[in-house]
Amino acid sequence: MSTFNILVVDDEPGIRSGTKRILQNFKVDYPFMDEQIDFEVDEAESAEAALEMINHKVPDIILLDNKLPGMQGVELLEIIRKNNIDTLVVMITSYASLELAVKATRDGAFDFIPKPFTPQELRSSLENITKQLFLKRMTQKLNTEGKQIRFQFLSVLSHELKAPLNAIEGYIRIIRDKQLGDKVETYQDMLDRSLERIKGMRTLIMDLLDLTRIESGKGVKEYKKVCLNEIAQTAIDTMRPYAIQKDLNLYLNSSEKCCLQADLNEMQIIINNLISNAVKYNKEGGRVDCTIKSDKGIITIIVADTGIGIPAEDHEIIFQDFVRVKSPETRNISGSGLGLSIVRQLVGLYHGTIDLKSTPGEGSIFTVTFPKNL
Amino acid sequence: MTKKTILIVDDDPDYLFQLKLKVQQFGFEVITADSQQEAERMLDFVKPDLAILDLMMETEDSGFILSFKIKRKYPDLPVIIATGVTAETGINFSSNSEGDKNWIKADLFLDKGIRTDQLHKEINKLLKI
Repeated sequence: MSTFNILVVDDEPGIRSGTKRILQNFKVDYPFMDEQIDFEVDEAESAEAALEMINHKVPDIILLDNKLPGMQGVELLEIIRKNNIDTLVVMITSYASLELAVKATRDGAFDFIPKPFTPQELRSSLENITKQLFLKRMTQKLNTEGKQIRFQFLSVLSHELKAPLNAIEGYIRIIRDKQLGDKVETYQDMLDRSLERIKGMRTLIMDLLDLTRIESGKGVKEYKKVCLNEIAQTAIDTMRPYAIQKDLNLYLNSSEKCCLQADLNEMQIIINNLISNAVKYNKEGGRVDCTIKSDKGIITIIVADTGIGIPAEDHEIIFQDFVRVKSPETRNISGSGLGLSIVRQLVGLYHGTIDLKSTPGEGSIFTVTFPKNL
Repeated sequence: MTKKTILIVDDDPDYLFQLKLKVQQFGFEVITADSQQEAERMLDFVKPDLAILDLMMETEDSGFILSFKIKRKYPDLPVIIATGVTAETGINFSSNSEGDKNWIKADLFLDKGIRTDQLHKEINKLLKI
């Protein structure tokens, strides 16, 4: 429950107390709002008194009469606009000439309520205003949150980019200064580590480009019939050299061609990421099974591995930007922490779902489904 | 005089290796841990003379939490938090504001890119050498 504060500015006591009474037990709620809104009414008998109250506390909504003893309603409206006071003004007046209406609207009055009004008129008018105000606030809030997420992304990104640079720079200095003596062999490990970090950085940059392309919705997309079996076969062939080093077996199980209308590049990113994860996080001598099937208008891709698995508490966060499971097993596996985030976003673009089942020490199963759109 | 022992905690194996090498070259004994968790276990049976902690490890504030726990256990142990996230992002962690001092117990915040001689100086200052 949240409460909107209303200030009713009118020199007629009857209007003020009437408004108070009408709104006393009035609540507004909409299906799209999480909460109900009720109202708290303050009164002012003149524009001057109202101004003083506004300076003290800005109400959410002002019900403003134009014909007041001293300063007129439209003058108060002008002050509110000039000072950028964040409040929504509704004029209540019985002498609403066209001229006044134009001036008031130009000065930012949101609505007019003709006087005298019935309780029903006041309520339905306020219902609209409340909805408007709620949406406005919600938009502001979302904009601020959006900025925060962006900022957070950038700060993590700069950390992820600087870490390998610092590492490489550090090694180069040690080598340049021959800090461990003159023998070249001493520095072999440092050179290897530097190359490894450069590789990681390159992966990060490639992933970032994918992510930027998805997020901006730009980039050249070409929707055509693509067959996932073929994409998976290519992905497996690409990963095979790495798999051999780890003594892994890769299998593609699909009895029929599963095709859908999609951007080839995007489908490749999804399947490549899942298969390369299954290889990277696997154990010596393990296996990767990629199954692609189609049933009742749903295409399903299952990538199962016999790797290190993912602890239950990480199942949700693993799809977020830059999140990687940190454990002794993952320490020497390089990754940007963006792969699954990219996969999830792309799957969403095709109205698909992604699901993870995993047991630490035994392996993980990623299941992606797409509605068939051919 | 026995060598002073410095604990370095960082989840980046390369940074950990390089910093260890530097600090050893300053003439200190070095012990290392690569996570907040491992460091906590080590602190159960060793008390170093100074600790240098990375900020973002298991979580993005692991360094703060570890620092807090170290100070609760050994209030007189100087703690340096090394971060890589200051200058470019505008995120400023300082132990100077009163609110932070209450729970962020680090004695000093350093950027990871600090020059070697400056780092040596700062360590000596905290160890009162």
